[in-house]
Amino acid sequence: MKSEVRGPGSEVGPNRIAARLQANANAGRKSFVAYLSAGDPHLDATVELACAFDAAGVDVLELGVPFSDPMADGVAIQASYERALKAGATPRGVIEAVRRIRARCELPLLLFTYLNPVLAYGVEAFARDAAAAGADGVLLLDLPPEQDPAMLATLQAQGLATVCLAAPTTTAERRRFLARNSRGFLYYICRLGVTGERAELPPDLAKRVRELKKAADIPVCIGFGISSPEQAAQAAAAGDGAVVGSHLVKLVEQHGASPDLVAVVAARAKAMADAVHSVG
Amino acid sequence: MAKPAPARTPDRHGRFGPYGGRYVPETLIPALDELESGFAKAWRDKGFTGEFRRLLADFVGRPSPLTFAAKLSKETGRKVYLKREDLNHTGAHKINNALGQVLLAKRLGKKRIIAETGAGQHGVATATACALIGLKCRIYMGTEDMRRQAPNVFRMRLLGSEVVGVDSGTHTLKDAVNEALRDWVANVTDTHYCLGTAYGPHPFPLICRTFQAVIGQEARKQILKAEGRLPDALLACVGGGSNAIGLFHAFMKDATVRMFGVEAGGRGAQLGDHAARFDGGRPGVFQGAATWILQDDAGQIQGTHSVSAGLDYAAVGPEHAFLRDLGRAEYLRCSDTEALKAMHRLAETEGIIPALESSHALGRLDTVCERLKKGGIVIVNVSGRGDKDVAEVARIEGVAL
Repeated sequence: MKSEVRGPGSEVGPNRIAARLQANANAGRKSFVAYLSAGDPHLDATVELACAFDAAGVDVLELGVPFSDPMADGVAIQASYERALKAGATPRGVIEAVRRIRARCELPLLLFTYLNPVLAYGVEAFARDAAAAGADGVLLLDLPPEQDPAMLATLQAQGLATVCLAAPTTTAERRRFLARNSRGFLYYICRLGVTGERAELPPDLAKRVRELKKAADIPVCIGFGISSPEQAAQAAAAGDGAVVGSHLVKLVEQHGASPDLVAVVAARAKAMADAVHSVG
Repeated sequence: MAKPAPARTPDRHGRFGPYGGRYVPETLIPALDELESGFAKAWRDKGFTGEFRRLLADFVGRPSPLTFAAKLSKETGRKVYLKREDLNHTGAHKINNALGQVLLAKRLGKKRIIAETGAGQHGVATATACALIGLKCRIYMGTEDMRRQAPNVFRMRLLGSEVVGVDSGTHTLKDAVNEALRDWVANVTDTHYCLGTAYGPHPFPLICRTFQAVIGQEARKQILKAEGRLPDALLACVGGGSNAIGLFHAFMKDATVRMFGVEAGGRGAQLGDHAARFDGGRPGVFQGAATWILQDDAGQIQGTHSVSAGLDYAAVGPEHAFLRDLGRAEYLRCSDTEALKAMHRLAETEGIIPALESSHALGRLDTVCERLKKGGIVIVNVSGRGDKDVAEVARIEGVAL
């Protein structure tokens, strides 16, 4: 059972995301956050992948709710959204997939999307339905927290962790503001640019994450451009965890029609999770 | 009927009532803060505004004339005046905003300009401003629009800009905006995104309106000189809505002046067949702003259709949404066919070939005139010239060139 995450970000309620990240932190263990676009190639596959990720040691699954115009995403996730939309994915369908995943495992689930599909659904209804289905948090890529504090409150009132983003361009004052508004963890976008794989991590990553951690008393997970187990481990070492998205999404694209889809993608997720968990 | 707008919009959060705002990825927030304060400082600096005005006069050729349309006036029984933005250098109102923003970018120390374009007019204007002011320039354009507006693609390249085709989504303006935003997120420290219309996250709608307001400021003086009184109505097409807000702004407090915006009615009333956001859309958030948007039940942004690439956009500028709520401006729609007819009409009666975008405003001239008393005065914004559309219109009408 989960209940509300209340109060400032420093308090950790029994929300699954917050609980998992805190338990890992207490054990001196880094967290591995995986991303999948829900509905790519179809929602049945998403349910199977999620359960396989749970078994593979993934700590949190970000489930992308497909949107037609994902301006913060690179080509890999854009293309996966287009495939998912063509296959008929809707926010309602994704929430139903969450319910099916939740019936089978306790993997913490973070819905990752843009504002407009949530507005179209109705913020209150979305918060209520997502929480009732067993989702644990919401990350809205185009909602800086000051734009709609009431919306964050509505999501939080249903026990959903509202994960905020910080970027390399974020000022010191704003880092504190974002950390205060974030629940579960604070997501550090480690480079300028959209989602997508890159060959190298930024050289000043550790320094930047140290600055961010000074402002945040919740865990900091690092993402954008992480494409190998080595990079995931390196990024996680700088903070509390690493997020891998496009790399897994591309594997889904390559193996979407194959009967081995779940096995192949889960194996890669396991390699990433093992690398992150081996960071001492 | 007409009510004055509140004294100051947008508010300090960039909002026009419930519309506008700043809905962007976190990475862009500091750049928007910098742009907001940099713009405010520049606009208070006589050095900056003096340079802007000098370029508008010496380079763009402003003020643009206000032409009395004698035959249209006779036909309609109203006095029809045309604000001739088509006579600007580069052939449309877009240059006012592009020059202002590129000047601003240089002042802010940016090395590189990016822009989106639909009809190609904003792309050409930005490429022109960059050539003049000496900044590197890359233009994003949907591949479908590149096909429709091939001469403008070549013009941008002639001006030394790079044109990048966008093949994602619907291959039109909204996809070019997404791509420009992605570029900006990646290169935000040295790049200015020269957004082409009164749209996007705050402060873009404010900046664009400020640079375009010269249209209405001139028109107001010109009509007072010609007629000794204010007009009864203003008429302009609305894609994002920059030429309309540029014409309207100086008249905002003149409660007797009615304002009409015309959206693209396309080829029908079905979602996907038009770009009439106020008719077929509903409020939402898209590409940085809260406004009226063409979307499906699940909040997915829908494809649009218009014969005019410059109006082919799923969302309307946030200030227009607010003016409509207030009842300060009224919004109509004009179909592809009506716009084409209006293009022929102006060409044949007044010797002016208007852009297909502007033809949408002209396509509702009779509707607006019917709402005015006999002898009433209407100013129509001829926001651009139709040269760029000649080949596409010939193709639609089955004429081999």
